[in-house]
This record gives sequence, C-alpha cells and structure tokens, in this order.
Amino acid sequence: MKALDNLRETMRRDKVFDFVAEGHYPLSSFRHTVTTGEIDVSHGTILYVENVNVSFDGFKALNDLNLYIQDGELRCIIGPNGAGKTTMMDVITGKTRPDTGRVYLGQSIDLTRMNETEVAEAGVGRKFQKPTVFPEHTVFQNLELAMKTEKSAWSSLLASLSAEQLDRIDEVMLQIGLKEQYAMSAKLLSHGQKQWLEIGMLLMHDPRVLLVDEPVAGMTHQEMDRTAELLTQLAGKHSVVVVEHDMDFVRSIAKTVTVLHEGSVLAEGSMDDVQNDDRVREVYLGS
Amino acid sequence: MLGRLLFNKLLHDDKGGDRMLTVLLAVMVLVPVLNLLVPESSVFHLSTYTVTLLGKYLTFALLAIALDLVWGYCGILSLGHGAFFALGGYAMGMYLMRQIGDRGVYGNAELPDFMVFLNWSELPWYWSGFDMFWFAMAMVVIVPGLLAYVFGWLAFRSRVTGVYLSIITQALTYALMLAFFRNEMGFGGNNGLTDFKDILGFDLQSDVTRIVLFTVSGLALLGAYLLSRYIVNSKFGRVVVAIRDAEDRTRFIGYNVEQYKLWIFVLSAVLAGIAGALYVPQVGIINPGEFSPLNSIELAIWVAIGGRGTLYGAVIGAILVNYAKTYFTGALPEVWLFALGGLFVVVTLFLPRGLVGLFDKRRKRSAEVQT
Amino acid sequence: MPIQILYLLLASLLPMQLPAESEVIGFEALVNQLHVNSYKEKEAIIKQIATLKDSRKVTILQTMQDGDLYYRQSDKKIVYRKKTGDQYRITDVLSKQDLGLVDSGTIKKIKVNNKLRRILRSVVARLSLEDDDVDVRLTAVNNIVKNINDSGAELLRESMPAEQDEDVRAAMKTGIALMDVLSDEPSVRHEAVDVLAQSVYPAAKSRLEDILEKDEAGNYIETDVQLLKKARSGIENIDSKLEVYSFLETAFFGLSLGSVLLLIAVGLAITFGVMGVINMAHGELMMIGAYTTYVVQLMMPNHIDYSLFVAIPLAFVVAGLFGVAIERSVIRFLYGRPLETLLATFGISLILQQMVRSIFSPLNRSVATPEWMSGSFEVNAALSLTYNRFYVIIFSLLVFFFLLALLKKTSLGLQVRAVSQNRPMAKAMGVRSEWVDALTFGLGSGIAGVAGVALSQLTNVGPNLGQTYIIDSFMVVVFGGVGNLWGTFVSAMSLGVFNKFLEPSTGAVLAKILVLVLIILFIQKRPRGMFPQKGRAVEN
Repeated sequence: MKALDNLRETMRRDKVFDFVAEGHYPLSSFRHTVTTGEIDVSHGTILYVENVNVSFDGFKALNDLNLYIQDGELRCIIGPNGAGKTTMMDVITGKTRPDTGRVYLGQSIDLTRMNETEVAEAGVGRKFQKPTVFPEHTVFQNLELAMKTEKSAWSSLLASLSAEQLDRIDEVMLQIGLKEQYAMSAKLLSHGQKQWLEIGMLLMHDPRVLLVDEPVAGMTHQEMDRTAELLTQLAGKHSVVVVEHDMDFVRSIAKTVTVLHEGSVLAEGSMDDVQNDDRVREVYLGS
Repeated sequence: MLGRLLFNKLLHDDKGGDRMLTVLLAVMVLVPVLNLLVPESSVFHLSTYTVTLLGKYLTFALLAIALDLVWGYCGILSLGHGAFFALGGYAMGMYLMRQIGDRGVYGNAELPDFMVFLNWSELPWYWSGFDMFWFAMAMVVIVPGLLAYVFGWLAFRSRVTGVYLSIITQALTYALMLAFFRNEMGFGGNNGLTDFKDILGFDLQSDVTRIVLFTVSGLALLGAYLLSRYIVNSKFGRVVVAIRDAEDRTRFIGYNVEQYKLWIFVLSAVLAGIAGALYVPQVGIINPGEFSPLNSIELAIWVAIGGRGTLYGAVIGAILVNYAKTYFTGALPEVWLFALGGLFVVVTLFLPRGLVGLFDKRRKRSAEVQT
Repeated sequence: MPIQILYLLLASLLPMQLPAESEVIGFEALVNQLHVNSYKEKEAIIKQIATLKDSRKVTILQTMQDGDLYYRQSDKKIVYRKKTGDQYRITDVLSKQDLGLVDSGTIKKIKVNNKLRRILRSVVARLSLEDDDVDVRLTAVNNIVKNINDSGAELLRESMPAEQDEDVRAAMKTGIALMDVLSDEPSVRHEAVDVLAQSVYPAAKSRLEDILEKDEAGNYIETDVQLLKKARSGIENIDSKLEVYSFLETAFFGLSLGSVLLLIAVGLAITFGVMGVINMAHGELMMIGAYTTYVVQLMMPNHIDYSLFVAIPLAFVVAGLFGVAIERSVIRFLYGRPLETLLATFGISLILQQMVRSIFSPLNRSVATPEWMSGSFEVNAALSLTYNRFYVIIFSLLVFFFLLALLKKTSLGLQVRAVSQNRPMAKAMGVRSEWVDALTFGLGSGIAGVAGVALSQLTNVGPNLGQTYIIDSFMVVVFGGVGNLWGTFVSAMSLGVFNKFLEPSTGAVLAKILVLVLIILFIQKRPRGMFPQKGRAVEN
C-alpha cells in the first residue's frame, strides 16, 4: 500500500511538472486541501479526465475514460443511454469517487480529492438534467444565492448586497432574458425559463468550466435557439461541456464532439467526422 | 437598492406573524392584570391554575417554533426534539432540586431525597454547580446545544437525510428515555425530579411567581419568534430554504450545506432546551416520560396543523392542539387519541400547509371574488 | 378392618409372577386404605404399595408427599383436587374419573407428618430410579443429587449397577462422589475428586471449593497436598466447561432474541424496504395479531394447545386486511412523500391503540401458552434451553424463508420487485401497480400480524405492545440496509446476539441503550446500512 501511495505521489501532475507548480501552490498532499486562486491552464487544457474507472455492483459505468477539455472550448458529448455520461459528470463534480484514475482542473487541482462544494468553489459549475432551481425563491433570490461570495453560515446571517453585486445580478438577468420575471417565484417559470435560470445561477458563480446536462430536453424550437445562442456566447470566457441527445442542437453549436460508449471514448472530432465514423454508426444504428 | 427593498418587503409582508405578535403582547399584559388586580370574586378573574396552563402553552409554542425552524424551513423532520426539551427541563429541575436544600423528606442539605433513598453518600460530579442559577441556566443552553452539535455533526456530515434522520432522532430520544429511567443515572429514575420548593428564593406556589414565570415564558417566545423571523428572512434563511427544496443544488453552488444544517439544528435544540427549562417550574415535575418518542412526534403534528414553514403557524398549532388536549383529556378521555390520530391523518392528507395554508387559500379566494 | 389388613399382608406375600389381576385388586384396595388416621398404618400401607407393580403408584405417592392427596368424606374415596373458582374439581386417583365440583368441606386432606414425608421421599425416589422412562430416572437422580446425603448416596449406589443409560450413570456417579469426598479413606476421596472434576453440577464445584478452604491463619485445612492440587485443577476444568456452556446459552438467547427481532422487522422490511413506505402503525399491526390470538383462545378455551395453529393464519388475514385498508384509504395518496406517510401512519397507530383500549380495556390481556411450548430441554446440569425460544427461532426462520420464496419465486413477487424498481415501466408492461401496492402492503402487514402471535407468547398483550417494538424493528431494517431481506436477517441476528452478550456485563437496559447508540453511530458512518443498494438510481 505504501509503495502504491508513493508511486501515486510521484505521478501527481504538479510533481511531474514541478517547475510549473513551483511558487504557485503549496505541495501539500492532505485531503481536502482546496487550492483556491487561479487555475493553471498554461498547457491550454483546463480539464483532464484520465484512466477513470467507476463500477456499481460489478457494472462498469466508466471504463478507462480519457477526456481533455481545452480552455474556452465548447465541447459536446453524445452517446447512447448508459454510456456513462452522467456518471462522468458525477465524477468530475465530486459526487462519485472514481475507483481508479485522475481528474484534474488545470495543472494542479486534483478534483478527486474534493467534495462537491469544494469542486464548485474551485470553478466547476454543473447544470443538472432536470432543471433544479429553488422553487420557493424568486428569480432574483435564486441568482443572489448563487452569487460568488462568502458563503459561510455566519456571514450569511448578516449579509446584505452591495451595489456591485446588484449590478452583477442585473447583468445576468439580462443575459438569460429573465429581467422581467425578477420577482416571480421560480416554480412559476416555464420549463425553458427554468433551464436558463439555472444556467444564470451557474454564471453568477463565474465558473471556468460549465458542465451542462441535456439543456434542451423538452424545449420548444424557439427556446432551443435561444439556448444555443446563450451557450455559444458563454464559450470563450468559460469552457462549456454539453451532454445532449438532440443531434440537431449539437450540430448547431458544436465544433468538437466526443462520443461515449460503454464508459469510454469511442470517437472524437468534428460533427461530420464523428457521424461518418463506422464504429459510431454501429453503436447508434446497431448495424 | 433592489435587494434592500426586497429585504424590507419580506420583513413587513408577514401579516399573520404581526397579528400573532399583537395577540401575544395583549395576552401578556391582560393575564397578569386579570389574575393579580381583578378580585377573585369577579367574573373576569383569571385563576392561577389557568395562568399556569397558559404559561405551559407558551413554552409548547416556543418548542414548536424550534421544530418549525428545522422542519418547516430546512426540511429536517426531527422526531427527537422532545429530548432537547427534556434536557433543558432536567437542567432546570436539577437547579430546583438543589434549591430544596434540607427541606426534603430526609432533610439532607446536600443530597436530593431520591439519592438518600438510594443510599448514595455524595452528590455525583455532574450535579455540582447546579446550585448556582447562572450555571444551571448555562447548562439549559449548553447541554441540548452540545448534543445537537455532536449528533448533527455526525449525521449531516454522513448525509443522513429524510426518514433515516427522522428514525435515528427517534432512536436517540428513545435511548435517552431508557437511560433516564435508570436509577443509577442519578436523575431520579422513574419518578424524575419533583417536589420543588422555590426558584431564586421565590415560592413556586405563589401567584406572583406564577405570573412572573408566565411573563418570562411569553418574553422567551417573543424573543425566539423575533430572532427566528430575522434568521429566516436573512440570507441564511434563504439558503436554509434552498437546502430544503434542492439540497444537491445548494451544495453545487458552493454552500457548505452541512454547516447550515448544523447551525439551524443547534439553534433549534437550544430553543427547545429553553422551552423545557421554562416548562418545568410551571408544571412542577420533570420525568423520563418527557423523552418518550410519542411526545416528539406529537410535537410534529402541532407544527403540521398550524402550518409548517410559517413561524406563527407553529405557534398557533401548538396552542390549539394543546388546548384541545386539555379539553378532551378532561371531558372525553376516550376520544382524545382518536381525535389526535385523526388529526395526523387529516392534516397530512388534506392540509399539507396546515391551518395557515387553509386561511391563506380562503383569503385569496375571497380577494379574487371581490376583484 | 383387620380382615382387610390381613388380606393386604397376604397379597403382599404373593410372588410377583402371579396374575396381574389380583395384584391390581390388591393395589387398589391398599390405596383406598390411605385415609386411615394412624400414621403407623399409613406407613405400612405405603411400604406395601411400594412393592407392587403399578404405573399409578408414583404419582399417588408423590402427591401424598406434596400433601395434595384428599379423600371424599362421604365414601372415603381417595381423590386429587383442583381448584376451580370457589370450588374444587375432584378426580378419582385410581380410575381417573371426574367426580365433579365440590365444596372444600366435602373432602379431607390425607395428613402426612415429617417421618412419613421422609419415608415417602425415599420411596418415591427409589421408585423413580426404577422407572422405565429415562427422563423420569434422570430427574429423580438430579433431585437426589441436589439434596445429597448419606441415604441418597446409598440409594444411588444400590441402583447404579442396574442402570444402563450413560447420562443417568454419570449423574449417579457425581452424586456418589459428592458423599465419597467426605469419607476418611484417601483413595476413595481421590477417586471422588476425579469424578467431580468432570461434572458440571453446581454442587460438584462447591464441594471442590470446600476442600480448598483455609483456616483463619490462611493455611489450608486439608493436609493432603495431592488432593488439594487435584481439587484446584478440577475447579479450573469445571470453570472452563461452564464458560463454554454459558457461552452456548448466551448465543442461544441471542439467536432467539434475534429471531424475535427478525419476526418484528421482516414485515417492515417489505413495506419500508421494498415499497419505501414508512409505516409507523407496524407495531399496532403486531398488536392486532396478538389480540387475534387472545380472541381465538377465548373462543376455543378447551383446545389451547391447538389455538396457535388457528391464530397464525387468522392473524395474518386480519392484520393483512387492516393493512390493505390502511394502504387504500391513506397511504396511496402519500406515495413519494415519506415524511407525511410517517405522520399519517403514526396517527393511524394512535387510532388503533385507542380502538383496542375501547374494545378490550386498557389492561393487559393474558394469553395462554400451549402445553407443548412450556418446559425446557435439559442438555446437562449447567445448560437447559427453553422450548418456547426454540420454537420462536424455528418459526421466524420459517416466516423468513416463506417470504423470501414468495418474493423470489412467485409472480406476485416478480411484480412487487418490478413495481419497486421502476413503477412507470412496470405499469407499461401491464402490471396493475395499484393492486400490487395494496397486496404488498397487505403482505407486510399480515407478517406483522403473524409476528404478533409470536409476541403474544413472549410478552404482555396490551395496547402498548406495538409501541414497545416499533423503534427496534425500524433499527433492524435500517441497520441491515433498506430493500434487502438478507440484510434484515443478518442485522436482526447480529443485533440479538450482540445484545445478549452485552447483557451479562451491563444489564438489560444499558445493553439496549448501548445497542441503540451503536446503531445511531453506525448509521452515521454507513447511512444506508450494512448491505446498501448501490448505483445511480438509489442516490437520486
């Protein structure tokens, strides 16, 4: 066991590239050490998922999965049911611990050592498949809660909003097109509006990586177009990873598409490349 | 600007609460007047018995607010809140026991009667300090708070939620009940602590002491209500409601959910402890029966009937159900359990938001009709 | 009178091989003389009876020794009496014929003095030692060993050569050794100590301890050093044996407590584990089962031995129907709202309690235990296992495997599992999910009723019966892992055994508290129990 730990330690990304890490991060290896501050994207890649395995009761949900997301990229991930898309999201956001493998944010932040809150703090935002906003709160309050600010229990007892923070909320409300509904309870919003509100909540937190799970399921065409617009707008400033079933939608936004199958990457490339890939056709069409 | 506006609006948009406060203040002025100043021969005279009864209701209302904070606002249905109430009560009871001094049956200045009866030669270490009022009052807050802190820290950290949490809180109070029933524990076993004589030198049987206790209960309720109202209307309160409605979501946006749950749980336990401490001198006894799981679950129904998620609803529920209990157990004891059981069923099936919800709906409907 | 005695003497002189008939007549005539006043005559009669071969004599003499033998004043018939209400029911000791109810004045006790009692005791003991039944002989030997004295040892020495059974011989040896230790002959004493060292009779150990007694100066009173050594190692030997037996006994107690826990939890494992319904009225459904047993016994007072076989299916049906009614009227509106279900079913539990109070009174009702369930199986002097615990273990295993088979092998079981795993899909496949819900809940409730029948044999049947067990049953299910019948099984058994092993050092209440606290801590560590269901579906 000890030998294995030592090996892991020497294989850690920030140790391999010692010169990069030096001076920026304490080389502590305690669990729950959240390295806040900047994410090191000096290699251009912001999210590393390497050799990740997860199994539930013998069922391999993720099988040696490798995935690299570039800084500012808009990536779409597709795959049939049970391909491991949601489990992958769970692993990245700290909800599920991988059996083996590494997940890094930038060069130095090991996400597998963090819990959900810490991952969120580190700069990874997640949008769930089902829109989950706070139903009893107004649009304004939803965004207020999501704001990047001191979040400890004590400070929130006395918290009030500064002018800048109000401006920020205003800005995001405009971005997601819900300015009019600011005082409306979130439970009264339409399905599409809830999805946008949830994206807005993620934006309030100013994440570097946005994980978006099936954003357009159940949307009307108009809503879908607006969502596509919103997501492309976000790419560049944020890295956006979209998991989606709707091929038309994927085609309308994606430059790079990754196909998952049985827990690992089957193909990766432009939409056209992927669609012409024989293995992908086999998986999707079963021929 | 917008935020401040919303904040102010929320604070003032609590008509039910304000009305409840008005009634409470009026009662707190009227009851002493009717009891002390109006002569006994008058129709308007309020007997000391009634005053004590009302005082008891007020402590129950305080207890209901405590549960409402965790259940109504945070979604944690604790079925062990009776334990915190009882612990606060025992802390007060221990002080009152020490106050008896050598006036007990055995006349032992140091030891309470039941210890003499058990042939104990000296006071157990955990009884020391309880002869001082300030120490006992500190324990009223610290003991339930500490238990809630340790229990909550363990439970919330391991993500024990929903019915699992309800069941283990019930097990907690059950275990405590069994423990306090044991004579060896040094808390009077089956009989508990009773035969109190006076508090801070004032005779517990006198009318004035009773009125003071009533008033203190009222003030405690008032303070707890205002504090709770401030908390639920602060950002802290909004986070807590967010946890209730979408726990995972709250965690993902970066809130330390465990921390929030833990503090609201501790606060709630402390309020319950205070309620227990005020309850004991008024009813004159505390025994392990207060730990019984039945009490805790009955408490849940007070809150559910009043309307969980509204603080004044909890107060109304507690007072109504207990009034009904007093009435039925006196007049028709056979019917009481049927009525209580029926209440559980009817409220969960037909009144998910309690009486407050029912009146809200009616008011809204009549408003719609008028426009 | 003298003629009769003469006849008796004559009869006693007749050789044993004579035709049985005359002997029977002689026996009956002798017994009918027992009402004589003179103790001397009684003594003579008893000695006569002892020599005759008749299966009735032991009981009659034993009853006489106990001072429970009577005769009817009117005709001097010797009778047994049994108190029934204010009167006595009397039975002819010879014909076993019921002679009806009488007032206490019409019968008279056959008086026994100390001397007579001593004679009776030795006669009964001797007769018992010659009995054909091994159990009777063993009990007789054990009784002698318990109050061993010179005459007892002599009796044992006399009957030992004829004894064939190993267990009885061992017991006899112990009894003889107990007296031999006190003899003056060193070799006899050494031999006796060797025998005692192999025995688990409490008397054997204390006799060995006597040898090790010291005087006031702290020196051994016994001077035989070799004997002291033997006695010391003998005690060690006995202690280690007793430890094993007490371990076995505790394990047995633990398993039987575990079986009770399994019984009360397994119905809940269905409603809570499979359906996800928190049924706080589960305990009251057990209570209904227990009251069903009570009513069944009221209706068949003369067949208590068979009452349980009627009560078990009936309790299943009654509690099951209550369950279906609860599900249809309340629970079905609350699926997916577990906290509300908890409160509503708690309300139902209060109503059921009050219902029982109103119908049967708030007092505990007594439920009789059938003859075949009382008594115990004596492995040896240190270990005896009561039959009712045995039956509880067997019964709970039967119920458990019946349920397991029902869920695994039948189409109802398949449908139940389908609905519990994916309701919409099961509906789409044509499963009538509402019907399945009602039946599953009825099944869980029925099992609770059956558990109630078992509880009626172990505890008081009263309106609070359910409340006593509800927390325990939830703890068992949660500890084992929800939705896993085997988890419930392991959990119940391990909690039962653990509890019983704690009890000797902590006492029953503290053991229970400790177990509760440990479960609470365990749940914190493993919120989903010992055998959790894994995977995405469970977490969401």
